Amino acid sequence: MSQTLARPVSNLIELLSRLPGIGPKTASRLTFYLLREPNGLAEALSTALAALSVGTVLCQRCFNIAEQSPCPICADLSRDQTLICVVEEPMDVLAIERTGAYRGIYHILHGALSPIDGVYPEKLRIAELMERVRVGEPREVILATNPSLEGENTAAYIYQQLQTSGVSITRLARGLPVGGDLEYTDEVTLSRALEGRRSM
Amino acid sequence: MDPESERRQRLYRVSAIVLKRREQGEADRLLTVMTRDRGKLTLLAKGVRKPASRKAGHIEPFTYVELLVAKGKSLDLVTQAETLEAHRALREDLWRSSWAYYVVELADAFTQDEDPNALFFDLVLETLGRLNAGVDPALAVRYYELHLLSLVGYQPQLFRCVQCDAPLQPEVNFLSLERGGALCPSHGSHHPETIALPVPVLKVLRFMQTRPWEQVAQLQLSPAVSRQVESILARYIVYHLERTLRSPAFLEKLRAMLARTKMVNAEETANGESNGEAALSINDENAPG
Repeated sequence: MSQTLARPVSNLIELLSRLPGIGPKTASRLTFYLLREPNGLAEALSTALAALSVGTVLCQRCFNIAEQSPCPICADLSRDQTLICVVEEPMDVLAIERTGAYRGIYHILHGALSPIDGVYPEKLRIAELMERVRVGEPREVILATNPSLEGENTAAYIYQQLQTSGVSITRLARGLPVGGDLEYTDEVTLSRALEGRRSM
Repeated sequence: MDPESERRQRLYRVSAIVLKRREQGEADRLLTVMTRDRGKLTLLAKGVRKPASRKAGHIEPFTYVELLVAKGKSLDLVTQAETLEAHRALREDLWRSSWAYYVVELADAFTQDEDPNALFFDLVLETLGRLNAGVDPALAVRYYELHLLSLVGYQPQLFRCVQCDAPLQPEVNFLSLERGGALCPSHGSHHPETIALPVPVLKVLRFMQTRPWEQVAQLQLSPAVSRQVESILARYIVYHLERTLRSPAFLEKLRAMLARTKMVNAEETANGESNGEAALSINDENAPG
């Protein structure tokens, strides 16, 4: 950044451009917007940012991001504590919660196995899941990782490890998406949809 | 130029193997693909993380896919995708897909953007096909390593001493990573950086380097020879790539996990003990000299 910019400005531009999807141009645009914005957005943002690290913890049971541990979902005794849904990211919990169709608890892995990106099993919360299953003896573990290669591999890896534990292990159904189109569906999805067909 | 043919110019069609991909923006992915005619390309696939995407299922890693691509200002854009070969068995099997990860990681590492190598492309596609068909992954991958080294110009010299050019004799020879080939005992034994090449290991390497896959597929290696061949090739490859690879460590961890959970892969153990001598018997006619 050139000397002509005041240091706080160039500093913020540099920091913003480290965010995913934001390049130097967008970063400068955002910075100058914040500089001129009259309603105290910059102050509000700075407070919110500061609270992000101070105000959040990882739930020590499910590893979701929460304000305290255990998180509200784990602490909610009206939920079925013997049903654990394993997901890749905290955002996936939000997606499943939005359905309102799930009343169990979660386990967040914080990623999916990807050998060429260096995401090995020990980088994920897999050992913690094993421990939870060993101690808590849930009746069912639902593997709700993404239906991508990485997600499938992660589910297979966990399945491999849980097999001997006696817990019932299930995988989310895979098939056609709502609003999809048979003509454009790939053969793996389509054959799975056929395999998993239901009587009406 | 009329608008129609101008539009056509901006579109091209490729048959591609998806090597890897990473997330981009809200719902897009950046794909690294290997094509027969255009070499390695980086393409943007828009909206493919939405569930109803028409392309998503066709562009998973290891898929052989036909793509219609539009030229973009900086990145070319995938506009249509249709699976040619999904390699489903491979993708749905953790053990085999971790071998496939290694195959595509090497393909990525040994190619430059837009530098086509049709024979290398065919080799990658054949290797994925073999892994998918359920052959012994170690054999398929060792064959792949040796042949890709030849195709990209790093073929190890395994028949003559790279120092004195004398044909190698059936004794313990040596491999020099730096010089890209074998050294006879009188030139290799006193060098600290050379790797010993026992006779059965050298025989297997030569056999794999020179014979067609159909013959290599019949090999039954003892676990010891198999491990030595694997480690020698791994060192040779890392030396010439000048960087380490990530997927072998994963394969290693998976091996350990499968052994722990007593699910040791049948082919890994069954291949072993009983066929200890097979490596020697198959290639007597290929003996040094």
